[in-house]
Order: sequence, then C-alpha cells, then structure tokens
Amino acid sequence: MKIKAHQLIESIEFKKLVRTRWTVSFVLLFFLFLNYYGFILIIALKKEWVTQKLGTGNYGLYAGASVILFSWLLTFLYVFWANKYYDQEVEVLKSKLESENR
Amino acid sequence: MESSLGQPNFISVLFFVVFVVLTLGITYWAAKKTKTSSEFYAAGRSITGFQNGLALSGDFMSAASFLGISGMVALKGYDGIIYAVGWLVGWPALMFLLAEPLRNLGKYTFADVLAFRLKQKPIRIVASIGGILVTITYSIAQIVGSGKLINLMFGLPYELAVLIVGGVMLLYVLFGGMIATTWVQIIKACLLLFGVTLLVILSMAQFGFSLENLFSAVETKFGRTALEPGGFASSPIDSISLGLALMFGLLGLPHILMRFYTVPDAKEARKSVAYATTFIGYFYIIIPIVGFAAAVLIGREQIAGIDKGGNMAAALLAELLGGTPFLGFIAAVAFATILAVVAGLTLAAASTISHDLYFNVFTEGKATEDEQVSVAKKATVVFSIVSILLGILFKDQNVAFMVGLAFAIAASGNFPALFLSILWKNFSTAGGVFSILIGSISATLFIIFSPTVWVDVFKFDQAIFPLKNPAIVSMSLAFISAFIFSKLFPDENAAAKFESEKVRVYLGIGAE
Repeated sequence: MKIKAHQLIESIEFKKLVRTRWTVSFVLLFFLFLNYYGFILIIALKKEWVTQKLGTGNYGLYAGASVILFSWLLTFLYVFWANKYYDQEVEVLKSKLESENR
Repeated sequence: MESSLGQPNFISVLFFVVFVVLTLGITYWAAKKTKTSSEFYAAGRSITGFQNGLALSGDFMSAASFLGISGMVALKGYDGIIYAVGWLVGWPALMFLLAEPLRNLGKYTFADVLAFRLKQKPIRIVASIGGILVTITYSIAQIVGSGKLINLMFGLPYELAVLIVGGVMLLYVLFGGMIATTWVQIIKACLLLFGVTLLVILSMAQFGFSLENLFSAVETKFGRTALEPGGFASSPIDSISLGLALMFGLLGLPHILMRFYTVPDAKEARKSVAYATTFIGYFYIIIPIVGFAAAVLIGREQIAGIDKGGNMAAALLAELLGGTPFLGFIAAVAFATILAVVAGLTLAAASTISHDLYFNVFTEGKATEDEQVSVAKKATVVFSIVSILLGILFKDQNVAFMVGLAFAIAASGNFPALFLSILWKNFSTAGGVFSILIGSISATLFIIFSPTVWVDVFKFDQAIFPLKNPAIVSMSLAFISAFIFSKLFPDENAAAKFESEKVRVYLGIGAE
C-alpha cells in the first residue's frame, strides 16, 4: 500500500529510523569525545602517564597517532553502518511513498 | 649548512609556473562548462565522493598545517603533535552530525539549511555576516602568511607576492567557478600528500627507517623534554577550549560546508568525508616526523634563525635531503597550497554575497540565472580586492590570532544554529538570529580581550579574558541564547515545517 509523505513521518518505521540514526551518531560522537578530550585531559592532568618510556619513545608519541587512528576508525564505522543499515531502510521507506511525492 | 632560501630559485619558480599554467588550463576548460549558477557554485553536482574527499582535504590542509605544524614540532617537540591531533578530530564529528543533512537540505551555502524553515530575510542576512566574517579573517591570515612565506623562500617583495596570490586566485574563481576551484584543490592535495610522503621517506632513510632511532636522536640532541608535553598542558580549560574551536570550527567553515553541494547525493557526501578523513589523518600522523627530523638534522637554532615561528623547517629539510630541486618543489607546493585555500574561501564568500544576500534577500528569489552568475562574479572581484588590500594592510600583524578568530567564530557563530536547525523542532528565527549574532560577537570580543591580542599585540600587562581561545564560553553563549530566544519568540511556522524538513533530511526526498 502506498502512503503520503506526512503519513510516512508518523509511521513507526520512520520514527525508528530517525531515532537509530541519532543514537548511532551520538554514541560514536561520545567515543570521539572520550578519545580526544581524554587525550587532552590526560596530558594536562596525568602527564606522567604519557611520559612513561616505550622503547626509546614514550606512550604519548604513540597515543597521538592512536587518537587520529581511532577517530578514523569511528568514521569508517559510521560509513559501514550507513551503507549496511541506513541506506537499506531509506530505500524501503521511499518505496512505500506514493510516486507523486517523490 | 648554507641555504639558498630567500634567493630567487630557478627551479622553484619553474615548478610554480608549471602549477599555475596547468591549473589555469583547467580554469579555461571549466569556464566553458560554467554557465548556470549550479555549475558556478556547485560544479553542477558532478563531483564524485573520492574527488570531493581530495578537494576537502585540499581545502583544509592549509600552509598553516603543513609548514606551521612541522615547524612547531621542530621547535617545541611534543606540543606540536597535540596540535596536529586537534586538526583531525572535527572530521568524524562533521560526518556524524552534519554531512548528510547538509547535502539533503541545502543548495549552495550553509545558510540554505537555516533558511529551510526559518524566515528567509533575517536569517540569511545574519548567516551571511557570520559566514563572511569567517572567510575574511581566514583569508587575511592565509594571504599575510603567503606574503611572508614567499618573501622568505623566493626573496620576492611582500606586496608583489600578495598580488600574485590574489590575482591568480581571482582568475580561478572568476572564470572557472566551483569546477576549477575543485580541480585546483585536487591537484594541490595530491602534490602536498606526495611532497610530504617523499620528505618523510627521505628523512626516515637517515635514521635507518626506524622511529626508535629518530626518537633517540631527538633525545640525545634536545633531551627527554622534546618528546614530552610542555607548556601546552599548563591550562586544561584552555586546551579543551582550543580543542572545541578546532573540532566544531570545522563544522562552521563556509568553504568546507559548501563542498557538500558539489556531490550528487548524501551517499557521496558521506564518502567524501570518509576519504577526506583518511587523507588528512595520514597527513597529520606523518607530519611530526618531518618536524622531528628537521630538528635533529638541521638544528633548532638554524630553523629559528631563518623564521622565529619555525615555518621554514620543512623547506630547510627538503633542501638538505633533496637539494635545490626538492626545495623548489616544496616551496612551490607551499605556494600552491595557499593559493588553493584562498580560492576556496573567495568562492565561499562570493556565493554568500550573491546567493544569500542578492538572490534571496535583495531580489527575493526573482533574479535570473545570468544575473546570479554575473553578481557572483562581481562579488568575487570585490572580495578579492578587499582581501588583497587587507592582506597588505595587515602585513606586520600576527596571523595566528586571525586563524584562531576564524575558527572561534565558525564554532560559535555558525555551528550551533546549523546544528539546532536540523535537530530541534522548536528552534525559531529569533533563536537563530541571536545565536549567530551572540556567538560571533562574543567570540570576536573575547579574542580581542584574550592574552593573544590584549597582551601580545596591544602589550597590556593583564588580559581581560583569561583564555587564549574563547570557544568553550562563546559556544555555550550561542547555545544558551538560541534556547532562550526560541522560547521567548517561538516560530509556529518553523515548527510546522520541521516535518517536511525531516523527509528531506533523512530520506533525501526533494533534495536537488
């Protein structure tokens, strides 16, 4: 059965899609904050953690690169989720719309 | 080591001329395709995710990142790394919060997103003020930086350098619009990534391709402290505030945001950010190696002797490892980098003036295609002349605070309003207007009263505002005023349109 746009917005599927989208975004954003501001705060408050030796370098040198790497991973996690789940749901919902509304 | 920096160098001039001729050729090709306003502002939405990812990284990796961060690592050691990390973390946030809604809601500028359900006139006027403030301060910083850089590298007079940068950028934007600007960014991003990779490989060869050897060489020469955080860590609130400005500033930079309209749909917008994050992440992971290698192989005193800020570290290292040809190549890349970033900024400003102010406010959407493109071109000329003149006027100013200012205004003036208009149903026109105004004005005032300007520039003893970067306070003020003014002056029309906005944001239905 085809439905109109304003009905679609009221549908459970659409509301679930919106909720899931922002849940995923904010969970990933939370980890990004933890990752980056955690790094900054450790440097500011617990400097001795990063100055500990690791080989000839120290933990801090590798931590900087790890923060970048982890942020990059989060970005790709989002792309993976969006391609796997979000785009499919969008297609399903779009196919339910009346053609005149497209 | 005797350096040939500062003398007109045949090879670097040659590399630079090749770059300019090549990119002007592209501009000529793009000019023939640039007829409609969609082609002028958004490259006809024909850019792929991969191309746009490269172009985004080109727009973002300014000379400040390339020369500035390697120089900071060379002179100050670990603190430069902390700074480099901060430049990347905005990209995931941009992906999670704005990339897709932006592409689905807007046409040419970020103000389109705000104006989707708020009242056109007030919101576009205010958003333009925020946008132009950011682009002009960022442009001046780039232009002043380029003048000094070229002065140091080629020995050309400052004013002449500024005129060359301004003139070439004007040609790109004026004739080629977004298509040419995008290709200039793509070429520049490839050159920059290639140049830095080569520099890192040649440096690591000196240390037997072992980070351990590099670190121990740094330790032997400068002591353990070069590998440990120093002054940067002294004030945690200041560090967090700078982090906020770097992260959310990206989400309010008009020349970055308008890149999302050059791709055909939200999926490509998503891909753009993924590619951009990859390139930029790679760049910021390897750039500290350049800094450390320069410190060990050349020495801090020699680097600081040529430029106090250490901006010549990468160039000196290139000369040491690859001789004059490599110095020439790196110098030309640095010049191309500034040129490309300034072209992107000019296009963003011209779009705001012609699309938001002229088309939507002044003629209320009644201007024809030809009129719009013609006004956009006039705006390009005016903006270029103004930024060249300001660049000459600000010759002896410290540019660091202008970059800080651009990011602080973007994070406090533009981002909160953009974010709330997508997520909060009860966001009203008054809320938007006051959020942008209070965010931008407070960020500007706090920077002027901060230690960076009040003490370092005006030479007062004590700063009125204690933080070096105001984002933590000015962003909060922008969010609070958005909330208060939306509650005081609700906008029923805007709330009603929130539903139709949703279909577009989440499903992409109706997006151009």
